[in-house]
Amino acid sequence: MNEILKKEVIAPDVVRLVVAHRKLACKAQPGHFVILRVSEDGERFPLTIADSNTPQGTITLIFQVVGKSTALLAELAEGDTILDVVGPLGRATEIQRYGRVLCAGGGIGAAPLYPIAKALKEAGNQVVAVIGARSKNLVILESAFRAIADEVRVATDDGTYGRRGFVTDVIADLFAEGRTLARCWAIGPVPMMRAVCDLTRAAGLPTTVSLNPIMVDGTGMCGGCRVIVGGEVKFACVDGPEFDGHQVDFDSLARRLATYHDSEQRDHEACRIALTRPETKD
Amino acid sequence: MTAPNSEKKIGSPREPMSERPAAERVRDFAEVPVGYTPDQARAEASRCLLCKKPQCLAGCPVGIDIPGFVNSIAEGRFEEAADRILLVNALPAVCGRVCPQETQCEIKCVLGKKGEPLAIGNLERFAADWKREHGGRTLPPVPQPTGRRIAIVGSGPAGLTCAGELIGQGHAVTIFEALHKTGGVLVYGIPEFRLPKAIVQDEVDRLAARGAGVVTDTVIGKLETVDELLGQYDAVFIGVGAGAPMFLNIPGENLVGVYSANEYLTRTNLMRAYDREHADTPILQSSRVAVVGGGNVAMDSARTALRLGADVVYLLYRRSRAEMPARNAEIHHAEQEGIRFNFLTNPTRILGNDTGWVAGIECLRMKLGEPDESGRRRPLPIEGTEFVLDVDAAVIAIGNRPNPIVPQTTPDLQTTRWGTIVADEATGRTTKERVWSGGDIVTGAATVISAMGAGQAAARDIDAYLAAPEPRPWRPEPRESPGDGQA
Ligand SMILES: Cc1cc2nc3c(=O)[nH]c(=O)nc-3n(C[C@H](O)[C@H](O)[C@H](O)COP(=O)(O)OP(=O)(O)OC[C@H]3O[C@@H](n4cnc5c(N)ncnc54)[C@H](O)[C@@H]3O)c2cc1C
Ligand code: SF4
Ligand code: FES
Repeated sequence: MNEILKKEVIAPDVVRLVVAHRKLACKAQPGHFVILRVSEDGERFPLTIADSNTPQGTITLIFQVVGKSTALLAELAEGDTILDVVGPLGRATEIQRYGRVLCAGGGIGAAPLYPIAKALKEAGNQVVAVIGARSKNLVILESAFRAIADEVRVATDDGTYGRRGFVTDVIADLFAEGRTLARCWAIGPVPMMRAVCDLTRAAGLPTTVSLNPIMVDGTGMCGGCRVIVGGEVKFACVDGPEFDGHQVDFDSLARRLATYHDSEQRDHEACRIALTRPETKD
Repeated sequence: MTAPNSEKKIGSPREPMSERPAAERVRDFAEVPVGYTPDQARAEASRCLLCKKPQCLAGCPVGIDIPGFVNSIAEGRFEEAADRILLVNALPAVCGRVCPQETQCEIKCVLGKKGEPLAIGNLERFAADWKREHGGRTLPPVPQPTGRRIAIVGSGPAGLTCAGELIGQGHAVTIFEALHKTGGVLVYGIPEFRLPKAIVQDEVDRLAARGAGVVTDTVIGKLETVDELLGQYDAVFIGVGAGAPMFLNIPGENLVGVYSANEYLTRTNLMRAYDREHADTPILQSSRVAVVGGGNVAMDSARTALRLGADVVYLLYRRSRAEMPARNAEIHHAEQEGIRFNFLTNPTRILGNDTGWVAGIECLRMKLGEPDESGRRRPLPIEGTEFVLDVDAAVIAIGNRPNPIVPQTTPDLQTTRWGTIVADEATGRTTKERVWSGGDIVTGAATVISAMGAGQAAARDIDAYLAAPEPRPWRPEPRESPGDGQA
């Protein structure tokens, strides 16, 4: 259990691990996450499950090295064992037949988005996937999305690949083309999710976001992961991590994510936000 | 048993336990009371009257033979004393430190009628520590295996006690724990300076050595459901505790620097954030901290804040000192260490600076009105008495709710409107066949020893149930309370 069967660097500082865990592979559904700990002195940090394979008894994790914990995880080699892997945590994505759906992933956010898009496709939806990254070499999972989505559009900030601009620019294109969309999933850094939500709110497109605040236990025990949604306090690890993006207080989320960031003492706390702040590399 | 020199003993003073001076201990996380020396322990134990009808027994939720083990100490047979306790209490070094003996066994001790009751807790701690440090590593014998398998969900005092009893009955036991470490509140909540983690680990190791299977990192209800466990085990015991933190629901509670006591204590204890050099888990280095609440959890949080380096720690409690649920000894320790108590004070708002960090806490003075359902006088706000304390962190320690994951994922398991699992008090039987439950998940946040008592009672009922001929009826049946069995 917890053995790393396969390790690949899929973009600069972005690692994919295939991890043996028979029970987790059986239970994991799109939207679920795990809490990991890599060393005895290490912290507990969450990563969304990027894929699972029940017959083979494996789960896939994709993460960006942004701090000490993710760096330690990236140091492990095939054949090594991850000290602690706890899950599947959180509520699974509500997969239904909605019609045509938009799946927007910013940076490393494409990784947690992929199983959701795949499940939506399997449930009979038409999937339009938009993936954004700062530059061409940071675009991940494009071929995986192409294999399951009806349409894939890519945007890079610097224009080295796909449309020049942000995920929101592509969404604006889709709106301008008059595409009808029933629902949207947006996963990525906080500013990206906020910007997507501003756009889709104006367009009246219901949007689900996946939040990844600071967590300790992941089971509703510490309250460290609390977020404000629709004016109410929610624990992201048990009430989420997916929420109605139009109701999320992104300011409060961004500030809480930076809790240990700004205090110079612990800048490696950054690893906690591996999934939500891909731009703050290095 | 006779009681020689009983006249001399009545009214004799209690042997005090030395403590590290406040100024020294607030700078580290080492234990505060240092324990009895063998001479002190024998002197204190000799105060016991060895009553013919010992009153203290009725106060012990697990039925320790108090005069028996105390007499062993008095006569210098320390390991025997520990073994006597271990017969019914698998965690004596823990209980000797954290049980509220002053409201349980000691309050009943006849010596207390004309002076100070026997220091039963201190003696329990002494015996357990002595065995751990000097005694043999002999384990109680494990009987012939019965071939029955029992799953224990949660490794707090309820689960550990249930496991220990069942092993003693010859059953095969597997403990499932959500966290990476076993012990429940004993490892993630109660701080090192009150209960060294090595002691908890030692007591868990003893269970493992007797054959308990321990599976950490397993959230039952998520990785496996109770129904799936029932497919593989003959019985399931649920002891998942009351670990879901409550907040005040006042403005500003999501500011950076507001912690639940659970998060504050878990970061510090389980994740060892106080060891800033080695541990990767961070905790804010705050200089002025407000802790809200009046129980043991609040005392632990306040004293932790000091040890993490705060200059000023306020404790805000909305009733008066007399209503505080914390143990007296802990209130006393907190006072000695310089925690600033603000009684009859209720926070109304947490104030933030322009970057979203805690910058102060606004409070209102209270007065006491008529008693409420809990029998304590209800605090009432005094209009217009708002004032602001200048703080940079706030820890909310106003209580915990039952952990919802198991009840939510287990059909047929009835819960109350507070979210606690409905279980028969004497047997621990729930509304679901072959599922027992006990501890904080049944009673709401309570004590270590009451959780242990519930684990013990359930284990005895599980044993009786599994031994009964088929078909075994499930209605929870009335049964003697565990204390009676021993008296
Ligand atoms: C800070 C603090 C100080 C305290 N001080 C004292 C004191 O001085 N004296 C005293 O008597 N009492 C004290 N208490 C109360 C006492 O600790 C509890 O009453 C007692 O621990 C309850 O035991 P339990 O076994 O029911 O649950 P817990 O100790 O809460 O253990 C439950 C365990 O179950 C695990 N779990 C939860 N959900 C799942 C799941 N779905 N699957 C698997 N595992 C799960 C949890 O991780 C935990 O390890 C204190 C409590 C706190 C928080
Ligand atoms: S009541 Fe007090 S004096 Fe009597 S046996 Fe118990 S501890 Fe000893
Ligand atoms: S991570 Fe602790 S409550 Fe969500």
